[in-house]
Amino acid sequence: MASVKEYIRERFFPHIWCPGCGHGTVLKSLITAVDQLGLSKNDIVMVSGIGCSSRIAGYVDFHTLHTLHGRALAFATGVKLSKPQLRVMVPMGDGDALAIGGNHFIHAARRNIAMTAIVMNNRIYGMTGGQFSPLSGYGKAATTAPYGNIDHDFDVVQLAKAAGASFVARTTTYHAPQMVEILKQAFTHKGFAVVEILTQCPTYFGRKNKMGEAPDMLEWFKENTTPIGSQAKQKNPSLIERGVFVAEEKAEYCTEYEKVVERAMKGRE
Amino acid sequence: MAKLKLKAHHIDRDWCKGCGICVRFCPKHVLQLDDREKAYAAHPEKCIGCRLCEMRCPDLSITVETEEEGEKS
Repeated sequence: MASVKEYIRERFFPHIWCPGCGHGTVLKSLITAVDQLGLSKNDIVMVSGIGCSSRIAGYVDFHTLHTLHGRALAFATGVKLSKPQLRVMVPMGDGDALAIGGNHFIHAARRNIAMTAIVMNNRIYGMTGGQFSPLSGYGKAATTAPYGNIDHDFDVVQLAKAAGASFVARTTTYHAPQMVEILKQAFTHKGFAVVEILTQCPTYFGRKNKMGEAPDMLEWFKENTTPIGSQAKQKNPSLIERGVFVAEEKAEYCTEYEKVVERAMKGRE
Repeated sequence: MAKLKLKAHHIDRDWCKGCGICVRFCPKHVLQLDDREKAYAAHPEKCIGCRLCEMRCPDLSITVETEEEGEKS
């Protein structure tokens, strides 16, 4: 592999993420996937919104856009439609993608526009001080839920599947080699790809829920996840499945749009 | 495939934040945190070059340099 430093803006390092934050592992895996696929930095656009996770766009040496909270997918749709030859990656946090940007998320999935939506799910709003997010889950503690959260959470995979995403996968920061493989598949997929990555926030989610330090949270990912369809899942249905849930071919939005332009322009040139 | 042999662990001390992920999950217990809470290779002779520390390090501070056994550097 080429040095990781070829893909980052070294002047911004060490990064601002807390000690043990999983977002750095996602950054590393993303760079590894780009390197292994041999993609050119000039062909990649990374569009992000607001949040800890969205800071990732500032660290990579691709074309990058740091946009509005929850609206990264809307900006990304604009970029992709005007320059469909570019590869678009949209890293988002759980709150950014599914609370503030929930509508953009389901409609981008429904349109099946070719881009990779990476949901870095740490189950909390870290940047603003640990408020609960739609992914925190029932009974979990947060700064804004000191007596326990009464909101139920989304299942990102089920939501993306139902909304029509043509590639849906889940992995964790503990399973970094699997993350690289899944990101490679997602980047080369022709359609809307959703990759949910369970990542640790030791500063807020871990501390509020007494999950220990970052390595303890990784142990939790190791013990509470299992490959899709494993026997362990049948024995213990509370385990979280990881792997590729959906990978199907479906008419892609930009390709279809081009056909519409062609039909409309028939006999006019 | 030839067996991989460790050449060196390059650990950027300015980037390491001492989270201990590399220390906990090294299958051969090669890495440790020093008194300033920075990772260092305490037992480099035990390293098998699996690169799990490099892959998981959230601070991008570890690079494991390996060579094939018998290869001259």
